[in-house]
Amino acid sequence: MKTKSIFVMPLLLAVSLCARSEAPAAPGSDTTISIHEFMFAPTAMTVVAGTTVRWKNLDPEPHTVRSVDTGFRSDPLDQNDSFTFKFDKPGTYRYVCSIHPQMVGTIVVKAAN
Amino acid sequence: MTGKDLFNPTRRGALKCLAFGGAGTLFTLSAGILTPIDLALAKAGGTDSSAQAGLPLFLQISDTHIGFNKEANPDVVGTLTRTIAMVNAMPKKPALVIHTGDITHLSKASEFDTAAQMLSQLNVTELHTTPGEHDVADASVTEYFSRYGKASQDRGYYSFDHHGVHFISLINVLNFKPNGLGNLGQEQLEWLEKDLRGRSASTPIVVFAHMPLWTVYAPWGWGTGDADQVKSYLSRFGSVTVLNGHIHQIVQKVEGNITYHTARSTAYPQPGPGEGPGPGPLKVPTEELPRMLGVSNVSLKHHPDALSLTDTTLA
Repeated sequence: MKTKSIFVMPLLLAVSLCARSEAPAAPGSDTTISIHEFMFAPTAMTVVAGTTVRWKNLDPEPHTVRSVDTGFRSDPLDQNDSFTFKFDKPGTYRYVCSIHPQMVGTIVVKAAN
Repeated sequence: MTGKDLFNPTRRGALKCLAFGGAGTLFTLSAGILTPIDLALAKAGGTDSSAQAGLPLFLQISDTHIGFNKEANPDVVGTLTRTIAMVNAMPKKPALVIHTGDITHLSKASEFDTAAQMLSQLNVTELHTTPGEHDVADASVTEYFSRYGKASQDRGYYSFDHHGVHFISLINVLNFKPNGLGNLGQEQLEWLEKDLRGRSASTPIVVFAHMPLWTVYAPWGWGTGDADQVKSYLSRFGSVTVLNGHIHQIVQKVEGNITYHTARSTAYPQPGPGEGPGPGPLKVPTEELPRMLGVSNVSLKHHPDALSLTDTTLA
């Protein structure tokens, strides 16, 4: 029994952390995606309609945030610059850095209940 | 410039003396063959036989990144100033300068203005440009085209002739595909095919674009997704030189009659393919910078197919 509980605890912790990261941010709240080492982190994010998402570039190299379809376009973000966009309409928004297009990310916007 | 020349101790010494070695590449035309000559070497030696024998045709300058101010080089204006002074001091100056993009760092109007003011100091008759992704990063994509769009009627691609050589400027930094590589697009490819149709195969061709027109390293987007089509249009010509920037290091590859060449930056070096988290500015101690910049010059002459050339150093 004792051995079992040692293994169960980390598992429960992992599950709870996982569940928390998947829960959409509350409507009207802000959430931040960091840009670091040529990656959007987190790469995929689910939010509720009405959420403002903020991207902050931590790299010394500039990046941009550009939706693949219509939507949002930032100017170049130098180190520590930010860009925000409020997602009002539910849907899946794919975006890239236009300077380093290998950098991709996705925002899934769910309808507010 | 031969590989042997590069190992000449005098030349090597000259390279070391150049604090921020990245300068530009001089191309001479000799019997229809274009030969790239490192500008620093041409200037320092003053007796380079190939430079003297050939006709100075044009100079390639790239990745000036005006506006960059991080520690990899806090004075990009200073290094560009030195580059321009070096070009103007050349005994045999080419008529053309081709800037293969990333004129600015953040596509800001003030950066373009500074760059234009500086580049106007070049004692040459013509300046040709193609944008880098740093030049078209403003949300409205207007700053570059309002200044340099005229030559291409705002399309970004155009061609011209000079001294019997046909020059083609392509744009591959707009409308990236999800694969992360540069992209030319069908419209531009159709224009290129038409532009080359009917030209004599003996016409020397120079193609320039910012991102490499062959895949140097796909995970960092160092290539162009639809470049193979360009190669198919060019393969019948006897002398083709493809010039790119973007990766801030010299990489050269010869494939049939096509020579691919990427230029160094005047601003800062970048890591070799896949070395580190991404293709950002490479921070090295100032005294090591010439060595870092000189790295790719040697090995590529001898190993045109080796893309991990940065493992070899001059030191």
